[in-house]
Amino acid sequence: MTGDVVKASMASERGFFPTELFARWGVWVALAALLLVLPLVFKSGTALTMMSLMGIAIVFALSYNMLLGQTGMLSFGHAVYYGLGAYLVVHAINIVTAQRLPIPLPLMPLIGGLSGLFFGILFGWVSTKRSGTAFAMISLGLAELVGSSSLILRGFFGGEEGVTTNRAKLLRVFDWNFGPQIQVYYLIAFWCLLCMYLMYKITRTPLGRMCNATRDNAERVQFVGYNPQVVRFLAFCLSGFFAGIAGGLAAINFEIANSALFSAVQSGNVLLATFIGGAGFFFGPVIGAVLVSYLQVMLSDLTEVWQLYFGLMFIAVVMFAPQGLAGLIMMHATLVKRGTLMKVLPSYLVSFIPALAMTAGLILIIEMLFRISVKEGEALVIRPLGLNMPPTSPVLWGVALVLLIGGGFLFRMTWPMVSNAWGRATSEGAAA
Amino acid sequence: MSVSEIELKGLKKSFGPTEVIRGIDLSVVKGERHAIIGPNGAGKSTLFGLVSGLLKPTSGAIMLKGQDITPLPPHLINRRGLSRSFQVTNIFHRMSVWENVRCGVLWSIGQRYRFWRDVDSSPEANERTERILTDFNLIDRKDVLAGVLTYAEQRALEIAITVAGGADVILLDEPTAGMSRHETDRAVDLIRKVSEGRTLMIVEHDMSVIFGLADRISVLVYGAIIATGTPDQIRNDPKVKEAYLGQEAH
Repeated sequence: MTGDVVKASMASERGFFPTELFARWGVWVALAALLLVLPLVFKSGTALTMMSLMGIAIVFALSYNMLLGQTGMLSFGHAVYYGLGAYLVVHAINIVTAQRLPIPLPLMPLIGGLSGLFFGILFGWVSTKRSGTAFAMISLGLAELVGSSSLILRGFFGGEEGVTTNRAKLLRVFDWNFGPQIQVYYLIAFWCLLCMYLMYKITRTPLGRMCNATRDNAERVQFVGYNPQVVRFLAFCLSGFFAGIAGGLAAINFEIANSALFSAVQSGNVLLATFIGGAGFFFGPVIGAVLVSYLQVMLSDLTEVWQLYFGLMFIAVVMFAPQGLAGLIMMHATLVKRGTLMKVLPSYLVSFIPALAMTAGLILIIEMLFRISVKEGEALVIRPLGLNMPPTSPVLWGVALVLLIGGGFLFRMTWPMVSNAWGRATSEGAAA
Repeated sequence: MSVSEIELKGLKKSFGPTEVIRGIDLSVVKGERHAIIGPNGAGKSTLFGLVSGLLKPTSGAIMLKGQDITPLPPHLINRRGLSRSFQVTNIFHRMSVWENVRCGVLWSIGQRYRFWRDVDSSPEANERTERILTDFNLIDRKDVLAGVLTYAEQRALEIAITVAGGADVILLDEPTAGMSRHETDRAVDLIRKVSEGRTLMIVEHDMSVIFGLADRISVLVYGAIIATGTPDQIRNDPKVKEAYLGQEAH
């Protein structure tokens, strides 16, 4: 009986063939169109550079999430595969240029991918024998190993300066030499879309499902015929492949590979981006990568202690939104579906104002303390507000404390409104 | 002479100085429903751990369908047609009920570690998953995350995953633990149905379940089997009465 129903619904889906086609390809076509149009909207050099960085970061973060979100493996050394991919692509471009081989630049990221895959197989063989904390520790050790090798093996890694290249001297396709940033943007956008598609498809394969199963319960996986070590190993290799592609794209974008690629900062950033975006959802790391790339460029222009804010943001996400931004979006998508979103929005607005005041107070205090302690009392300048005052000014401190404490107090007062509204919105939606 | 599906030869298991299984010889015949009963701490779950490969015996051998499986890891034992459930529900919490059961199906239909084909493109996997979910009355819950099912539903899912791969030897570790009377009755009907034509080994505390279901019963006390026989033989065995049933059932 239920079987008939399922069959009937499948038949009707086939009847609406275009709908099925749309469901399958609609998102990807829309994404392609978006990537195509973006540089026409944001034309500035900064915007192009930033969007290129975002594309690279998306591939890198999604590859990281094949481990963290999909298979439940916490790696502290993912930059290894990114960095090695970048180095091999730089060398490959140099060799191809020197030998005048007929290989165009757009194929180069594949070399990065294959390098990532190769080292994924090599290092994965060792590290995926263990899971959990042991795996995390091994990944950290391997990152240290490769990072310090990059300074010792000068022939290949070029020591402190790294290895440079020129991306514009390869065989031309469509008369593009990939000198201008816009051409590099489109190269990155193409690979980004392709990798996103492939990584998404992999989540929907037998291996992809067993990765999720291994994440949830590695013990049980053994009792449905799978070896969780093999599942982890394959996930690790594939993840290395895509990380290598991201590294290759970075090499093309920067025309240099140096030891900074292997740094703990690099491995840490991809973890932060993935976590802030939401490791539990496929599109989470995409949001995280876009946001983190944006903040890295914009915040570092605004303040020297941007990494501190970055850390605070990470802590806030871990504590208050452990599902990441994607988790928050999905929570609200449910409300939209139930038609009860309007029940929470007013309370958000009320709570938003004290929250903003509290944050502003906190930022003021951080900036003043930074200037007093590190910058020998350099004046605090906030141009849009026409503010230019010494960081020891009692007025400024007074304002900051009022904002922080008053805002914090009012926020505590108004927060129950939000949680009540949330409770009503979800319960009424469920009843309906 | 009937064929042994599972044969245990002089099986022993120690944890440090503590000997939990003290030399078990047991033969489970093809197609029978064989129950293991015994007081708490008798070593029933340890015995299942040994047979399914989760634990390695200190000495002795385990034969499955005439072949020695003693040194094999769990996944290789599973591929030879032995599947088990757990006393503490052991499912994939963050995956849907549908995905849970399909994970149980995938290896047995040869999907292996494929990462180049959509899992939905296998009609065999989908048909089998659907049939099992229907058998277990879970088809209406197929899109729900396994972690938010009711306790009884999780127990049903536990067994569904166990039988999903079509193993012909099934080990069930206290499948009705924590269930109400009504839920237990339904679970026993289900177990009877799914063990049809297969070999079943079952650990169970509920005596009414055991005596209604089992063809033969082995009584495990302090790591040794003190009696094996039909339910009637066991009920009337003086040793068993003294060691076990005397305190509880009768």
